[in-house]
Amino acid sequence: MPQLDAAYNLARWLTRNDSDAQDVVQDAYLRAFKYFDSFEGENPTAWLLAIVRNACFAWMRRNRPAEEVVGSEPLDEDNVGNAEPLLGGGSRQLATDPETLLIEGRDRTQVNQLVAKLPAEFREVIVLREIEDMSYREIADIVGIPIGTVMSRLSRARKLLHDSWYRQQTKE
Amino acid sequence: MSAMDCTHIRSLVSPYIDGELAAEKAAEVERHLESCEACRALVEDERRVSAAVRHHGERFRAPAHLKARVLSEVGRRSRGSGWSDLRMLGTGWNPVALAASLVLAVMLSSGATVAYLSRSAEESKAPLVQEVVSGQIRSLMADHLTDVASSDQHTVKPWFNGKLDFSPPVIDLTSEGFPLVGGRLDYLDHRQVAALVYRHRQHLINVFIWPEGGEEAPQVAAQQGYNVLYFKHGGMEYWAVSDLNSTDLKAFIAHLQKAVETPA
Repeated sequence: MPQLDAAYNLARWLTRNDSDAQDVVQDAYLRAFKYFDSFEGENPTAWLLAIVRNACFAWMRRNRPAEEVVGSEPLDEDNVGNAEPLLGGGSRQLATDPETLLIEGRDRTQVNQLVAKLPAEFREVIVLREIEDMSYREIADIVGIPIGTVMSRLSRARKLLHDSWYRQQTKE
Repeated sequence: MSAMDCTHIRSLVSPYIDGELAAEKAAEVERHLESCEACRALVEDERRVSAAVRHHGERFRAPAHLKARVLSEVGRRSRGSGWSDLRMLGTGWNPVALAASLVLAVMLSSGATVAYLSRSAEESKAPLVQEVVSGQIRSLMADHLTDVASSDQHTVKPWFNGKLDFSPPVIDLTSEGFPLVGGRLDYLDHRQVAALVYRHRQHLINVFIWPEGGEEAPQVAAQQGYNVLYFKHGGMEYWAVSDLNSTDLKAFIAHLQKAVETPA
């Protein structure tokens, strides 16, 4: 079964639940089996994961309408250069050095919780990039957005993670 | 340093740390970073966040029964109505055959991409590129990645003794981030070759090695779909193929080349 782990991982992160992820993956694979003969692109893996991803978002719209999903963008994606207060605050940061703690492997749970709390459109690019190790081209094909948007979403997602980690550290 | 520069550079930080910038753009970012401490700090922050998620982020594995569940559902539906299009593909309704044909579709289209690119790049290498890519796909699809599974080069190297009429260099690159997974015999270009398998994060790299005269620096034989690189050194030809991004695969080849050029 091609790419079943990648498909399940993406669905598991988007639905945030094992049994829902399994249902979504099953639906997506049935659709893929049904339509694969009409596939004409260059990257069948991206095609397959795009079907899984779209099935996840359809599922979220049906089952989690209260959650902000695609289309509703509460955050300004183009505001890339304005994140300095989050990331650039040099001296205060050195005191707790949150990122060092982050990579030292102290708090796996916390990193996973922060990723899980990201809005879905940021969560998916982080999961595809950092966990599935996909290229920008592949992410663009899977999510159905231009490469430039992949860049700005990824950049924004990392800043959100950095910010939420920092807030948590200063609270403690 | 103008604010304009910084705004421009900051929009490039993500692709810069992800190795997604063209060489000249990356050089432009690096020139700026040399003289701008604030942007350097941003790059470091983003790198740390990325590394933390890569390091800690959970990759959920599909439960074992999910595959069986999907296959059985495909089988059940294909016997019912509305799925006649599947039968027209000549795969019948055997779910295993259906799964196999999806795999085949994946294979064929990957192969086609590589062949197309290599035609424009280097005509003479095209058949070999195709074979190398097929070798990679075969090893992944047929669940026949290794004949000898070991991360220990001293286990893998002697395993080839007597099985090949040459002795392939077996190099451990764990400390470079490319642990050895194992080795197997493969058949390429009408001869038996050694295949070594390395891993980098979620990606597997097949390295095919056989005796060939001449010296050639690493070259890209194909990109997109699968990346393929090769080089010749010390009477051996080395071909590496992977779905790993080209930057990391180039780094891998550089480590491998350095190691084979340095006598143990």
